[in-house]
Amino acid sequence: MTAKHAENVDRGSLSPKLTPEHSGLRKSGDAPFDAAKKKHAGQSDRRQAQLMVLPAVVILVVVAFYPILATMWLSLHRMILVFHEETFVGLGNYGFLLSDPRFWSALSNTAYFAAVAVVIELILGLGFALILNAAFPGRSLLRAAILVPWAIPTVVSAKLWAWLFNPEYGLVTHLLPGHDVNWLGMPGYAMHAAILVDVWKTTPFVALLLLAGLQTIPQDIYKAASVDGAGTIRQFFSITLPLLRNTIVVTLIFRTLDASRVFDAVYVLTEGGPANTTETLSIYAYKTLMRVGDFGYGSTLSVVTFLCVMGISLVYLKVLGVERGKGA
Amino acid sequence: MKKAALWFGLVAAITFCAGPFVWQMITSIRPESELTSLGMPSTMTFESYTGAFHGRPFGQVIVNSVIVAVITTLFCLAVGASAAFALAKLEFRGRKVLLFASLAVSMFPPIATVSPLYLIIRNVGLLDNLTSLIIPYTTFALPLTLWILTGFFEDIPDELYRAARVDGCSPFQAFWKVLLPLAAPGLATTAILVFIFSWNEFLYALTFISTPEKRTIPVAISLFAGEHKEPWGEIAAASVIATLPLIVVTMFFQRKIVAGLTAGAVKG
Repeated sequence: MTAKHAENVDRGSLSPKLTPEHSGLRKSGDAPFDAAKKKHAGQSDRRQAQLMVLPAVVILVVVAFYPILATMWLSLHRMILVFHEETFVGLGNYGFLLSDPRFWSALSNTAYFAAVAVVIELILGLGFALILNAAFPGRSLLRAAILVPWAIPTVVSAKLWAWLFNPEYGLVTHLLPGHDVNWLGMPGYAMHAAILVDVWKTTPFVALLLLAGLQTIPQDIYKAASVDGAGTIRQFFSITLPLLRNTIVVTLIFRTLDASRVFDAVYVLTEGGPANTTETLSIYAYKTLMRVGDFGYGSTLSVVTFLCVMGISLVYLKVLGVERGKGA
Repeated sequence: MKKAALWFGLVAAITFCAGPFVWQMITSIRPESELTSLGMPSTMTFESYTGAFHGRPFGQVIVNSVIVAVITTLFCLAVGASAAFALAKLEFRGRKVLLFASLAVSMFPPIATVSPLYLIIRNVGLLDNLTSLIIPYTTFALPLTLWILTGFFEDIPDELYRAARVDGCSPFQAFWKVLLPLAAPGLATTAILVFIFSWNEFLYALTFISTPEKRTIPVAISLFAGEHKEPWGEIAAASVIATLPLIVVTMFFQRKIVAGLTAGAVKG
């Protein structure tokens, strides 16, 4: 059997045709049979596997990784589209960036937006998740309602809230105290209106993730805690929160990443105004690229946005480890 | 007491989630003269719905969005399914690199790829062409596709794969004849999520398309302009048209979508 098997492996490596005996249950060579092993390998199996992932790899490399590198390359140039001008300026754009007050304001707007929105979404989402997890009749209605903001295109949600915030006829403007507040037109207010739109749109996603986490907590723990005399609030802080920690971290980071690259919601709501008080990094980069036509500095801003988001991602990978894609 | 708090929370949460869209639906059926009122409309009219199509190519825009979303979904499934199968069941060099690369791409901010993609698309003459959307959409929906489908393939018992191999199937045949049909629920979930992603995308659509007839729904709605003032009634009608199909599909496939969205996030 061993000899025959080795022969098959040899043949397998020379010709791509597989014999039935060579079903890939063993690793090539004389690796011990391991029934628990998930993978099935062999020379030509490996080649077929690589062929099967090839289209995905090509697309990711050509349309995602290459453009990222190209953006970095462009960011080292002075490049104005309409003037057909392209000169290498090294780190010149980055030097300009450091002394560009509009960049620093965009950076702090983005950080403020992300931090406040994500904290509110987490608290609100946890509330929703707790209601959804409680065994009582109305929850299926909430489960349906909660998917409405999630399913709505971001642009539509921004337009919908722009109407609610309309200074003359908006429902929210009338319901809130201080009827004369122009929510989208006043610095300070506009940013919080944008945060509200983001909270409305993405709290459902947060709630669903946290609900999935809640459902992994065994009910027995709560029963035991009740027997021991722990009240609802005590149970929440001593059982629910600690056991939900991993889910909370994942949610937090998903949302922080998304909020730091925010574009659609804010752009459609305010276009970054009034007086650039809601201008995020993505919006500033977009305007520099497509309105000014400055592809050099616009790319620099894009690269910085990328680095900020990747910085957050690195924290993510540190906290959770790379292998979670395998359900670790 | 606890029950009352729960009911209050429930009503508040439902109002918060569904209220704004319900208000948008009400706005869309208001007569124009009552747009400024905050009460219920006195009569129901579909003026805004016909108005949304009047004087602008909104019908064509809907067709564009359907074309882009459907083709992107098909591409993603075609490219993603075999790759996800290989990631889940086969051993090959570069497997971990691919998993990592896919995770990294899912984190890329779209703005970071806009400038070179714009130049490339301009140089190959695809600006203002729906193809310029389908290719990046397929790329940036691919990580999500791989993520969900790999999970589905992993849940299919290895024995089925082994049995297929013993019966003489190559890895690809085992994938195509045995495992792919079993992963159909996964394909459906992925298709819904990719479709919604493409339907909603804004930044690339805003950048690569300039002719009103070539736009997709999000860009068209964001640039909906009237002669004198914002046509809020028509915007509301267009929003409902763009959203209602998604909401219906989402309600119908609730469980699948929730499972797809939360896949992996909780195990970590």
